[in-house]
Amino acid sequence: MAVHTTTAEKQSLFTPFNIIAGIILVAGLIVTVMRFTGGLGAVTNLDQNNPWGIWIGFDLMCGVALAAGGYTTSAACYVFGLKKYHAAVRPAILTAFLGYALVVFALGYDVGRPWRLPYPLFVQQGTTSLLFEVGLCVMLYLTVLFIEFSPAMLEWLGFKKIRKTVVKLTLLLTIFGVVLSTLHQSSLGALFIIAPSKLHPLWYSQYLPVFFFVSSICAGLSMVIFEGTLSHKPMHHLMDEEYLNNHDGLILGFGKAASLVLFGYFSIKVIGLAYDNNWHYLTTGFGAWYLVEMLGFVALPSFLYAIGVRDRNIPVIKWAAGLTVLGIIVNRFNISMVAFNYHLPSAERYFPSWGEITISLFVVTIGVLAFRFISTRMPIFNEHPEYKNEH
Amino acid sequence: MLRRTFLGLLGAAGASVALPMSARAGGKSFGPHPDTLAVLFDATRCIGCRKCEQACNEVNQLPAPDSTFDDLTVLDTKRRTDEKTYTVVNKFQGTSAPVFVKKQCNHCLEPACASACFVKAFKKEPNGAVSYDASVCVGCRYCMIACPFEIPAYEYDEPLTPRVMKCTLCAPRLAEGKLPGCVEQCPKEALTFGPRDEIIKIARARIAAYPDRYVDHIYGEREMGGTSWMYLSGEPFSNIGLREDLGTASAPELTAGALAAVPIVVGMWPVLLGGIYVVSKRKDKIANDERVAAVKDALTRAGEEAEKKLHDALSKAEVANKRRIEVEVKKAVEEALTPKEDAETGEEES
Repeated sequence: MAVHTTTAEKQSLFTPFNIIAGIILVAGLIVTVMRFTGGLGAVTNLDQNNPWGIWIGFDLMCGVALAAGGYTTSAACYVFGLKKYHAAVRPAILTAFLGYALVVFALGYDVGRPWRLPYPLFVQQGTTSLLFEVGLCVMLYLTVLFIEFSPAMLEWLGFKKIRKTVVKLTLLLTIFGVVLSTLHQSSLGALFIIAPSKLHPLWYSQYLPVFFFVSSICAGLSMVIFEGTLSHKPMHHLMDEEYLNNHDGLILGFGKAASLVLFGYFSIKVIGLAYDNNWHYLTTGFGAWYLVEMLGFVALPSFLYAIGVRDRNIPVIKWAAGLTVLGIIVNRFNISMVAFNYHLPSAERYFPSWGEITISLFVVTIGVLAFRFISTRMPIFNEHPEYKNEH
Repeated sequence: MLRRTFLGLLGAAGASVALPMSARAGGKSFGPHPDTLAVLFDATRCIGCRKCEQACNEVNQLPAPDSTFDDLTVLDTKRRTDEKTYTVVNKFQGTSAPVFVKKQCNHCLEPACASACFVKAFKKEPNGAVSYDASVCVGCRYCMIACPFEIPAYEYDEPLTPRVMKCTLCAPRLAEGKLPGCVEQCPKEALTFGPRDEIIKIARARIAAYPDRYVDHIYGEREMGGTSWMYLSGEPFSNIGLREDLGTASAPELTAGALAAVPIVVGMWPVLLGGIYVVSKRKDKIANDERVAAVKDALTRAGEEAEKKLHDALSKAEVANKRRIEVEVKKAVEEALTPKEDAETGEEES
C-alpha cells in the first residue's frame, strides 16, 4: 500500500478525468446558485403542463432503479445463501447507498421547498399518496443502507466492538432492505397510475408497480456487472484475491439470473399489453418506439445474456449488462417524460434545459467521486486483514 | 346428526355468507359530502365576455393581467390557468358558431390532487371546495401530475416560497354567505350555483326541455368520480376542450390496489425471505452433515480394511512361524544324533 500511496502522490492532479470532473462541478455550482436565487423557472424547462422533468425522470426514477444492485446482491448472498457472491456485496451496497443519498440530494433541487422534505413524515402524513410511501421507504432504506455500509467504515476507523454488533444485524437488515426495496421500487411505477389520461396506453397499466419492481431486479443485476466492469481497471490495485477470483463467477451467475428475469419481465409486459388490448397502438409512432424499447432493450439483452452464459463469454455478458442499464434508463424516461403528456401538441411537450442536464451530470459526478474516495480508503474491494473470515 | 340440526346449520351458513356480501358491497362506493355545493356551466349561454375572469382576479386579489379583461383577442389562442390566473375562458369553433368554455378547478368529489399529496396540503371541504394549505406544501408538484384537468399551477419563478395556485371556489366568500365571484358577475347566467343535487336536477331539466339544444350528458356528474363543477354543452365535449376519455373511476380508486399491496408485502416478504434463508441454511447443513457422514464412512471403511489386512498379515506370520519351528526342531534332532555316532566311533577306537 505504501508504494501505491507514493505513486498516487506523484501523479499530476490534471488527469483528463479530474479536468472533466472539475468542469462539471464548477458548472453545477453555478447552476445551483441560479436555481436558488431565481427559482425553478430560471434553470428548467418545467411549466404548468410539465411539472416533472429530467430531475425526476433521471435522478429519481433511474437513480433508484440503478441502485437496486444493493438489495439484489445482499439478498443473493445472505438470504439465498450464495456465498460466492460475498465479495460483490460491499461495492453494491456502497453504490446503492450513494445512489439513494444522491436521489435525496437531487430532490433538494427539484422540490420547491427542499427544507420541507421531512414534512410528509413528521408534520402531516398524506397516507393516501403513493409518494408518501416512496418517501417513507427511501428514508428507511437509506438508513438500512448506511448501517449495511458501516462495517467497512468501522473497520477503517478501527471500532471493533461496534463493528461486531453491526455485522450481527446483516441478515435482518437484508430482509428489511428487500421488503423496503420491493415497496418503493414498485411504488415509483404506481405514481403514474393516478394519471391514466396523461400516460400513453402502451406504457400505462395497472401492472406498472409490478413492471417497475421486476425491472429493478434486472437493473440491479446488470448494474452490478456494469459497475464491476467499470471499476475493474481503475480499481484493480485495490481488489484482493477473493474479489478477483470470484469476479468471473459473479458475472456468469448474475448474467444467468438477469437473462431469466428479463425474459420474465418481457413476458409480463406482453401480458399487460394483451390484458388492456393495446395491440393496435403498435402500428403508431409511439408503438414503434415501444417496440424498440421492448425488443432492443429487453428481449435482446436477455438473449445476449443467455448466449454469454452458455458460451462463458464474459465480454458478451458485459455488453448485455450495458444494454440493460441503458434500457432501464430508456424505460424510465419513456414513462416519466416521453409517453407522459402524449396528448399535448409537440410545442407544449417538455424537453430538458441545459441547467437540468448540468445538475444531473453534477449529481452523477459527485457520486463517482464519492465512490472513488471511499473505495480507496475503506475495505470495499478487499477484506481488512484484521477481520478476515469474521462474517 | 339430526336432519333438522343439519338443515338449520346449512341455513345459518347461507345467511352468514349473504350478510358480509352486502356489507362489503356497500363499503365500496363513496358519495359526495351531503352539503356539497356545485356550479353548473352552460356553454350555450356563455358569450366569452371574460367578466368572470375579471371578477375572479379582483375578489382573489391576483396580479394584474398583461392586457385588460375587455381585450377579447386573447380568446384567439388557447389558454390555461396558471400561477396568476384562477380561471380562463377559451373559444372553440362549434358546428355553426363559436363556443366559449370557462376553465377552472372542477373541485372533484374525490380530488386527485388531494389523493396525490403526500403532505395533505389539499383537502376536500364539506362545502365542496378543494382547499390548499401553503404552510405544509413541499413543492413536489405531484398534484399537477395527478390532476386530470390540468388545473394546479406552480410559481416557478419564486425561489424560496413557491406555492401551488388554483381556484378555491371563493371559500372565504362562501363562508360569508356570498356567491363565488365569477358566478355573481356572469351577465348571461351561464353559471348556476347551488347544492350539487339541485344543480344536477336543473341540468337534467334543461336537457329534457331543450333536447335539440343540448348534448344529453352532464359533464362532471361522474367523470373521475364526479366533480362539483359541471358542464352542459350543445357541442360534443371533446370538441370544446373537455376530454371524454377520463372514465368514471376516481383517483383513490385507481391507486387503491397499489396501496393495498403495501401491507401484503410488509407481512409476507419477511416470511418468504426468512423461509428461503432457513431452507438454504438447512440445505447447507444437510450438505455439511452428508460430508461429515461420508468422511466418517470412508474412515470406517478404511479402518476395516486395515484391520483385515492386519489379520491376514498376522495369519500369514503365524503359518510362517510354525514352519520355521518345524525346521528348527528337525535341525536340532539331527544335531543330537550326530554326537552319538562320534562317541561310538571313539569307543571302538579305544
